[in-house]
Amino acid sequence: MTTTTTTAATRRTGERGDVRLTGIGKTYGSFTAVHPLDLTVPEGSFFALLGASGCGKTTTLRMIAGLEEPSSGTVHLGEQEVTHLPPYKRPVNTVFQSYALFPHLDIFENVAFGLRRRGIRSVKKQVGEMLDLVQLGEQARKKPHQLSGGQQQRVAVARALINHPKVLLLDEPLGALDLKLRRQMQLELKRIQTEVGITFVHVTHDQEEAMTMADTVAVMNAGRVEQLGPPTDLYENPRTTFVANFLGTSNLLTARTDSVTGEDLVVEAGACTLVLPRARCSAPTTTGGEVLVGVRPEKISLTHAEDADTIPDGRNRVTGRITSAGFIGVSTQYVVDSPVCPDFEVYAQNIDRDPRLVPGAEVVLHWNPAHTFGLDAAQSPLAGTAEDAAAGGEGTGAR
Amino acid sequence: MSTLTEAPPPLAPAPAAERPPRRRGRRTPYWLLLPGILWLLVFFALPLVYQASTSVQTGSLEEGYKVTWHFAAYWDALHAYWPQFLRSVLYAGSATVLCLVLGYPLAYLIAFRAGRWRNLVMILVVAPFFTSFLIRTLAWKTILADGGPVVGALDSLHVLSVTNWLGMTDGHRVLATPLAVVCGLTYNFLPFMILPLYTSLERIDGRLHEAAGDLYATPLTTFRRVTFPLSMPGVVSGTLLTFIPASGDYVNSELLGSTNTQMIGNVIQSQFLRILDYPTAAALSFLLMAAILIMVTLYIRRSGTEDLV
Repeated sequence: MTTTTTTAATRRTGERGDVRLTGIGKTYGSFTAVHPLDLTVPEGSFFALLGASGCGKTTTLRMIAGLEEPSSGTVHLGEQEVTHLPPYKRPVNTVFQSYALFPHLDIFENVAFGLRRRGIRSVKKQVGEMLDLVQLGEQARKKPHQLSGGQQQRVAVARALINHPKVLLLDEPLGALDLKLRRQMQLELKRIQTEVGITFVHVTHDQEEAMTMADTVAVMNAGRVEQLGPPTDLYENPRTTFVANFLGTSNLLTARTDSVTGEDLVVEAGACTLVLPRARCSAPTTTGGEVLVGVRPEKISLTHAEDADTIPDGRNRVTGRITSAGFIGVSTQYVVDSPVCPDFEVYAQNIDRDPRLVPGAEVVLHWNPAHTFGLDAAQSPLAGTAEDAAAGGEGTGAR
Repeated sequence: MSTLTEAPPPLAPAPAAERPPRRRGRRTPYWLLLPGILWLLVFFALPLVYQASTSVQTGSLEEGYKVTWHFAAYWDALHAYWPQFLRSVLYAGSATVLCLVLGYPLAYLIAFRAGRWRNLVMILVVAPFFTSFLIRTLAWKTILADGGPVVGALDSLHVLSVTNWLGMTDGHRVLATPLAVVCGLTYNFLPFMILPLYTSLERIDGRLHEAAGDLYATPLTTFRRVTFPLSMPGVVSGTLLTFIPASGDYVNSELLGSTNTQMIGNVIQSQFLRILDYPTAAALSFLLMAAILIMVTLYIRRSGTEDLV
């Protein structure tokens, strides 16, 4: 695909490069949709803007597209400043949330639209190739309403990609598809991105989608970027409670710093003494200060209280009683009531299931201290959870 | 319904109890259609048949009319009144084009730019309907009065010399010329153009404009390639709703025109009400109907709106 033509977009701007947002912000009257933020999307990467609805991710995307005028800051595409260019002059294309296919044009003409507008006469070969890339060669003469949701979605991608944009912007492109199709399209989009090598900026509220597809994820909350990094890094080392709760699930316990020994931080949560690596604590580590200690549910092992002495030394331990156990095939999700946290979540792989682990059983939760992270206790431990979203009046939960 | 019959009663009476509600259910749609069908029968089909028979009658008012299958009445009517037919099509056509030219930008503004003023502007469009058609048309007599400010302005802007050349006006006056009739028709039928245009424009998803802009279309190209094609259903129904009644109209020509601007509507009116030559009047009505049907069919075929979503 990339070898077929030197794209007009590339020629127009001379050099290729990253998308750079500098101090870009958007206010509507007294409401700040996006707080001035700096963001660099490296060329050729698959970048996801992740956040709940109303967090400013779509506004940020629309400012890159030129569909929204920023209140402050600048947008650069490579060396070119595009902040005040109208959308039709930007080497950027968008896959819209509802696809926005032209209902009066057939699939072929929809895909050829951008080429024709740039005065390219012989579009047949390019459109044919693009439709083959998205596996819609047979449907070229159909109207959009004759296609299924997934097919329309692929037309929207083809219509944008055929222009070889510097950046492809995807605004919740899979939101209207059912779960199975969404999974399939995630892989499809990832495949296309690898194949064409164009920078993708993907806006989504689905954390799983962001983590599967993107190289880099920026988690947005209330008009700010909370944290940015590769999915594994965001998941393993969340720096805010919002990220810890929005990406997957975290057990967060309030603890008091007891001592700092070498590379480790020793904290006390209720009657338990827990250890975590100092490097994984993003909070200030003063002795006696409060800190939020977090651990992911799948890192925790569950042992019946009678076998407590079989647990190896050096692991973090918390005792509790199982309040519920949900079997979901690959794993069993337990909720444990412990003195340090009333609903401690544990995901146990279904390898050797201990029949005694039923609601009411006394258990010991234990995990490798290296899997523990520390967060600043000044934040709400509920930020980013479903309860938080409900309290904030935002119906769309993350999960 | 089935739960009722399946429940307690013994087997024997059950089928009997089952039937009546079902039958009533099957007939309900027809009962609901009945008022409409009756209406069409009494006020459309019967008069049409009656007029058709009138058009092939001969006789006189004193001796009474008889059906003699005198089809020559059609030919005679066409032969005698073809200039008025032609004029009707020309005037109604010009008025329709003017309505489209004036109405499209207004409908576009209401649909996309009016924001919270949208309802107010819509009311203003419909407001003239609250006064009588006749009074509004008579007002145009004052507006276009000889030596009045409108005519004076048109004259000094040399608009009148253009319309004189086109044969739409005569010298320094507008009243009693074809232009006056076209103005009246345009004014009176403008809302019939705006409303369907607005409806079809308003239905266009604003994101399609964004998508077109995103795909390198300038605002003008977006209009030509996306907005206008998608508003075609509105354009077609607007032009039909304007052209059809305008071509049969006689009030505008009667009040604003002269004997030289008579349209077919004026002829039918005078044949029916003054000369009392019912067969000719009926034949003219049928000819008008046939002409409109043919033109509309060709027009819809050409504009290909059945293809639009």
